[in-house]
Amino acid sequence: MKIFVCVKQVPGVSEIKIDPKTNTLVREGVESVINPNDRNAIELALTLKEKHGAEVLVLSMGPPQAEEILRESIAMGADKGFLLTDRAFAGADTLATSYTLSLAIKKILKESDPEEKYLVICGAQAIDGDTGQVPPELAEELGIPQIAYVLSIELNEDKIVAERKFRAVEIVVIETKLPALISVLNDINKPRYPSMAGILKAHDNSKITYYNAQDLNADEAKIGLNGSSTEVWKIFAPERKGNRVILRGTLEEIVQQLCQNLKDDKIL
Amino acid sequence: MEFTLTEKQKMLKKITRQFAEEFIVPVARESDEKQELDDTVYQKMKEMNYFGACIPEEYGGAGLHNDTIGFGIVIEEISRADAAWGITIAVHNGVAAYPIYKYGTEDQKQEFLIDLAKGNKVGAFCLTEPNAGSDAAGVRLTAVKDGDEYVLNGTKIFATSGGIAGTLLVVAKTGEKDSRKQMTVFLVDSKTPGYSVGVKEDKMGVRASNTSELVFQDVRVPEENILGGAGEGFKMAMKILDFGRIGIAAQCVGLGQAALEASIKYANERVQFNQPIGRFQAIQWKIADMAIAIESARLFTYKAAYLHDKGEQFGMASSMAKLTASEAAMQAAHGAVQIHGGYGLMKAYPVERYFRDAKMGEIYEGTSEIQRLVIANNLLRKGA
Amino acid sequence: MSILIDDELCTGCGSCVNNCPYSAIELVNNKAKILPSCNLCGACVEPCPVEAITLKRGAQKAAKVDFSQFKGVWVITEHYKNIIHNVAFQLLGKGRELSDILGVDLTFVILGANFDNELDEISKYGMDKIIYVKSPILKHYYSDLYVKVLSELIIENKPEIILIGATPTGRDFAPRIAKKLNAGLTADCTGLAINPETMNLLQTRPTFGGNIMATIRNPNSRPQMATVRPGIFKEPQKVEKKVSVKKIDYAFEEKDSVSKIIKVINTSKTHVNLEDAKIIVAGGRGVGSKEKFKLIEELADVLGAELGGSRITVELNWLDPDRQIGQTGVTVSPKLYIACGISGAVQHIVGMENSDVIVAINKDPDAPIFHIAHYGIVGDLHEILPILIEEIKTINLNKE
Repeated sequence: MKIFVCVKQVPGVSEIKIDPKTNTLVREGVESVINPNDRNAIELALTLKEKHGAEVLVLSMGPPQAEEILRESIAMGADKGFLLTDRAFAGADTLATSYTLSLAIKKILKESDPEEKYLVICGAQAIDGDTGQVPPELAEELGIPQIAYVLSIELNEDKIVAERKFRAVEIVVIETKLPALISVLNDINKPRYPSMAGILKAHDNSKITYYNAQDLNADEAKIGLNGSSTEVWKIFAPERKGNRVILRGTLEEIVQQLCQNLKDDKIL
Repeated sequence: MEFTLTEKQKMLKKITRQFAEEFIVPVARESDEKQELDDTVYQKMKEMNYFGACIPEEYGGAGLHNDTIGFGIVIEEISRADAAWGITIAVHNGVAAYPIYKYGTEDQKQEFLIDLAKGNKVGAFCLTEPNAGSDAAGVRLTAVKDGDEYVLNGTKIFATSGGIAGTLLVVAKTGEKDSRKQMTVFLVDSKTPGYSVGVKEDKMGVRASNTSELVFQDVRVPEENILGGAGEGFKMAMKILDFGRIGIAAQCVGLGQAALEASIKYANERVQFNQPIGRFQAIQWKIADMAIAIESARLFTYKAAYLHDKGEQFGMASSMAKLTASEAAMQAAHGAVQIHGGYGLMKAYPVERYFRDAKMGEIYEGTSEIQRLVIANNLLRKGA
Repeated sequence: MSILIDDELCTGCGSCVNNCPYSAIELVNNKAKILPSCNLCGACVEPCPVEAITLKRGAQKAAKVDFSQFKGVWVITEHYKNIIHNVAFQLLGKGRELSDILGVDLTFVILGANFDNELDEISKYGMDKIIYVKSPILKHYYSDLYVKVLSELIIENKPEIILIGATPTGRDFAPRIAKKLNAGLTADCTGLAINPETMNLLQTRPTFGGNIMATIRNPNSRPQMATVRPGIFKEPQKVEKKVSVKKIDYAFEEKDSVSKIIKVINTSKTHVNLEDAKIIVAGGRGVGSKEKFKLIEELADVLGAELGGSRITVELNWLDPDRQIGQTGVTVSPKLYIACGISGAVQHIVGMENSDVIVAINKDPDAPIFHIAHYGIVGDLHEILPILIEEIKTINLNKE
């Protein structure tokens, strides 16, 4: 069995923000990392590999620097990495991204054993975009069922049974057939760190394959900016309202003022 | 000349930093107070293969035996989180596991090295005695030959990790005459009858790292446990320590880096006279000087590591690195406490621990004075 | 396909540099220059005051869609145990506003099994039409069946705007439909507006963990699809009005889905309903311990409020996970939100800033929570709350 894991390189998110005074981006010490949910996806793939035996293939679409996260995935224990990199892929929204990823998966399957069963695991969403749209769109492009926000999974021959987060307090147990795609959040597992030996092995160059648009035989109208239906019109700092009345006085006075205000606001 | 780290080294640095921040930092203060390394961290360090950092994979290590810069980076990042873990891993690798890999027979590697590299056992290098500190040739612990065994008698003190070690590298005197040519290193299993751990030292700094007195009373060690040949001990011990100092230097760089980062953070956050104290020149100069000292020490450390890997003479370079790094760490920790003012004296902030930890670096593994002596002797012997 | 900077026009003002999320523009000789790390996101185009930047698409862009064929605003709902999710009603409020601007109909789409008796009540939420797809199997949510039915409906009826709640379910089926139709979809929106010039939908959403807001448009595709975060828009006033209902019976069977629902597990120990709460009392790290949370609970009790907390309180196990408010928890918009010992990290703020009145109690006068609070109290919550609790008790007594 093959397990495909799709990963994305993202900026460490808590540090990137807009300075509300100057409306400019502040990127202090932003370092690129594997998207956190994607690390959970890798961990799940490695756990399944340890239990059932599988080849874990990690895919990423991104600039050449994204090679680093593939190496880190291999250091964690993945077998091979595939970097889909081409200027033509730039500016992709989720539609174009899922198309490009699907081409790579199809190509890899075609070049090994097209009949082999497979599972695709994605992080449910990326911390930079937060859209969570690539996994379902990729499943649609591959024509396979998907289970999103999976909390646990059992693999049984060509069937999977997964627990899916459905509402805040409800979990649905779903059964579906392979091939399938699942997406995971950070509550499914705790990703391992790559061991030092893993890190040293990850720098064996034969483990990473590079695909450009031509290698994938991609339709130019469907990739990158051309293949994107949405576009960013503008970005800005979140507006913060609130009238900032700081109540002062003794504790009793403060509480009196607060209750009076809330009465005036017709809340109490 | 190339000043950029390799991709491997960059990843080692990044992953070790993430690991250390997640697992080591949160318990560092508690470990310092309890004077004990945290067991959960120990298990995690084992999984990460830090105990076998500079040992090849075939002996259960991670494979940095040809990449001492990479090894230094790992020690640096661990020490940035907790200098006590830094010294533990540096000593375990640098003067216990690595010497067995370098000088040991295949049987010795099978028997001792694999367990060390996997972290199943901790290693310690035992040289210092009550009367043999800076004067390493003054060793009095004796090893007397009896059939195909040696019988060890004497006491070692200040052995880093001694009290928790399962494998000891013991420097003993095997003859009476010129002591430098009569010294031998023995590999001793801590379960050997006659061996016992004496007083555990209550230290000023790196308190979580174990430092103990070790007592040898008729400890019988087979002849095949001699490391590198009988009578070769002194020369070998000096070479082992040359290598060990690279690890200590890296430990000091990491500690100094932690002190610098804490100072920068505090200088930006702490407001006095209506502005962050980092706006004051007095603070700025201190921070600049700290950064310069640490960066110089880091370059020295990498240079010594580089020479080692090239197979060139690196003893003097490692002395320079250790000296510069320990003094840089002290300077940085001193500056950090000063910048933190009253808070710098409080346990709630880590800088008081850095200060205590940094002082250790100027003393153990050869005091600053001994390093200067080594450097000067080296230069004078060569002549101008 | 590329991004072009007209050097003649560029004044070197640096607006684009400051607006690039990928640090991919720099000024060289006082002219903006695009670096290889550019992701062609286009965030620099709009901020340029002299319109020197253009994002050029390739000539091969798929055949232009005829926008005039697409008319109407749709809201698609999900439900559980035959109860329509609140977000659908919230979207009907916003959807009414959008469809009035566009001068088109607002349609409500339900896929279910037992809504015949509910339709009268549902029709009071201001829509013009209801499409009710009925099949016994649609009692539950099946990803592939939703995608199949909805795609067919959309292809047939051609709405220009489709709004879906950004719930785990909505975010599951909406992308597959978007892919099938090759339509632009914007996730998890918190703001929707119509551009008066182009009549395009402008979709605003938080990105980079809520630190940055981005407005997205779909200039070249129809329909324009958006999933919208629950708790952002208000439910509309109910109205009596004539609504046309189109009922479609579907003869689905269980085998029509590749997936099978085995069971539904309820993980809640208590019934928590933060999304509908009128008053929420929430605690943060400043509460101090699980024991001290009792004080927060007591305040919630006397106010008849729901109890919530920031992420850290859940991580420290002071609170159950279903009470977490914020980016990774629930988004709420009660009439009153009392934040006790919550510093106000952006991840928390995005989950509660739409509350009508926010009261913040915090020791640190510089805590960011005060920036969004209507009433701020700088002080120790452990001293203030007991007094506040007594005062509320008195008010309650007087009411009786």
